[in-house]
Amino acid sequence: MNLRALLLASAVSGALFSFGAQAADMTIGFSQIGSESGWRAAETTVSKAEAAKRNITFKIADAQQKQENQIKAIRSFVAQGVDAIFLAPVVATGWDSVLKEAQEAKIPVVLLDRDIDPAGKDLYLTAVTSDSVHEGKVAGEWLVKTVAGKPCNVVELQGTVGASVATNRKKGFEDGIAGASNVKIVRSQTGDFTRAKGKEVMESFIKAEGGGKNICAVYAHNDDMMVGAIQAMKEAGLKPGTEVLTVSIDAVPDIFKAMAAGEANATVELTPNMAGPAFDAIIAFKEKGTVPPKWIQTESKLYTQADNPMAVYESKKDLGY
Amino acid sequence: MAVRLPRIGTAQIVALGLILVANWIVSPQFFDIRVQDGRLFGSLIDVFNRGAPVALLSIGMVLVIAMRGIDLSVGAVMAICGAIAASLADSHSLPVVLAAALGAGLLCGLWNGLLVAVLGIQPIVATLILMVAGRGIAQLITEGRIVTFTSPDLAFLGGGSVLGLPTPVVLTLGMMALTLLLVRGTALGLMIEATGGNPRASALAGIGTRLITVAVYVWSGLCAALAGIVASADILGADANNAGLWLELDAILAVVIGGTSLFGGRFSILLAVVGAFIIQAMNTGILLSGFPPETNLVVKAVVVLTVLLAQSPRLGGHLAGLGVLFSRSKSGGKRR
Repeated sequence: MNLRALLLASAVSGALFSFGAQAADMTIGFSQIGSESGWRAAETTVSKAEAAKRNITFKIADAQQKQENQIKAIRSFVAQGVDAIFLAPVVATGWDSVLKEAQEAKIPVVLLDRDIDPAGKDLYLTAVTSDSVHEGKVAGEWLVKTVAGKPCNVVELQGTVGASVATNRKKGFEDGIAGASNVKIVRSQTGDFTRAKGKEVMESFIKAEGGGKNICAVYAHNDDMMVGAIQAMKEAGLKPGTEVLTVSIDAVPDIFKAMAAGEANATVELTPNMAGPAFDAIIAFKEKGTVPPKWIQTESKLYTQADNPMAVYESKKDLGY
Repeated sequence: MAVRLPRIGTAQIVALGLILVANWIVSPQFFDIRVQDGRLFGSLIDVFNRGAPVALLSIGMVLVIAMRGIDLSVGAVMAICGAIAASLADSHSLPVVLAAALGAGLLCGLWNGLLVAVLGIQPIVATLILMVAGRGIAQLITEGRIVTFTSPDLAFLGGGSVLGLPTPVVLTLGMMALTLLLVRGTALGLMIEATGGNPRASALAGIGTRLITVAVYVWSGLCAALAGIVASADILGADANNAGLWLELDAILAVVIGGTSLFGGRFSILLAVVGAFIIQAMNTGILLSGFPPETNLVVKAVVVLTVLLAQSPRLGGHLAGLGVLFSRSKSGGKRR
């Protein structure tokens, strides 16, 4: 009874989401975490568009941030006999038994955006993720190149303490500036990935660094904190984008607005298009038997004021960020 | 010892003073204040400006706790009202925006009050419902994204200033004065204390305990709405996922630091607001100090523990006892 209700529910949601894909020759189920952030919403939107582009019937199950919902969704995809399953795992562990079921049913599983515990490496075909250490490194290298040898004191707005993304983006940035003795991180605090905390922490940095005169650049682990920091700088009478350089990560639409206004300098994109490379890998695997590498790294593209920020803003603003 | 310190409030004021001095030690420019764009600018101003939302919440919370209740929903109500304000700001005039947001806060408070006073649900459970559901409602309003606005009228409530003081501070002082006037200028405060102390006896004595309970939750909802508007106006947008997140706990902490007992009865609005500023002074100090962020919560916990212990009459007794023991053993040593 329960299973039947579930099947019916996923069939209905599948029918809803697969709108627009005609002559589908492949059905793929996607267990999405839920709507935890704007980026996640954009990922869902882009995934649907990428599926429609390839005429794939795409079924999305929203897990509302719960692993048990994801496990149920995977079981129902297996029962429906889909061609492949995409999984954005909400946690790293506890996937062994359900992924074995998929394996026994000969349904390949592709991980999107996040990896699972190393013990399960043979349980999935490939993982499409961004390398957050690399993202930080791209940001750091941009800064080193931009200041061109001049001494530069950087203040850093970290993500949530203990989050792996924050740790990695911090490490990557440090790697990126390691070769340049003129670029130094003078202050580093957590802004919890939010605008409000980013603004509050930046206000303190400005006061602690002589009214902001000692700050040459701000590095934020995400754009939202940077948007807050830009407000703090403006309220303190500083000119972000010219007096103080800014570089952050994610490439959400609002940072492009700031870039177009000359108040932000650079952002490194965490692409919401994780499904595109995953679809290509699955199609190649199904049609030609090409086994993809265990890890497909997405591009960490750097955007600056020279990249027509207003056009990028227009293209991103309706993705659901 | 001719001067006798007032029994209530000394610990809090001293704690706030000590934390401000500690901030000055870790960051020598702490008390520097200058004028920037017609607005006072400095770390001390930041303490009061950033502390305003929790101070607003604590004004409502202290009344609820005085009635032996608790309002866990204030953080979520902040998110709802902030989302409403930000969504309407660019298409409607400020009075409409404020009426809608404050009205939503009032409705949220009414819901809590009815659950507690009429249906007799325990306050912690009744308000937990809105704490969980409220954030979802806020996310529905913003469709899960950060809704931004450009209206300078609403932005003034977060980033503007009145006579050099940041607007959030002025709003907090205004709300505090209004609440003090309502509960201390009339017998309302006494009735709240009586209801918190013994609801049955108060009802038998002719106090409309049910109406007072509902009114107090409505007031808490209104305070939360104002805090939500301030938080939204500050970042020029509504972030339903993070606005007011866990601030209900800070507000409860502020009330407790202010010396109000969770068992209801006697309360102090002024000291609850001081409690909120103690929390923020600590936060600002940590940010200015340059300690690694991993230590933030530990530092905070130690300071809160110290402030609470300083208020404990029983600990004072024990310390005196220890002192006696210590002096005895010392003199005992001499004898041998």
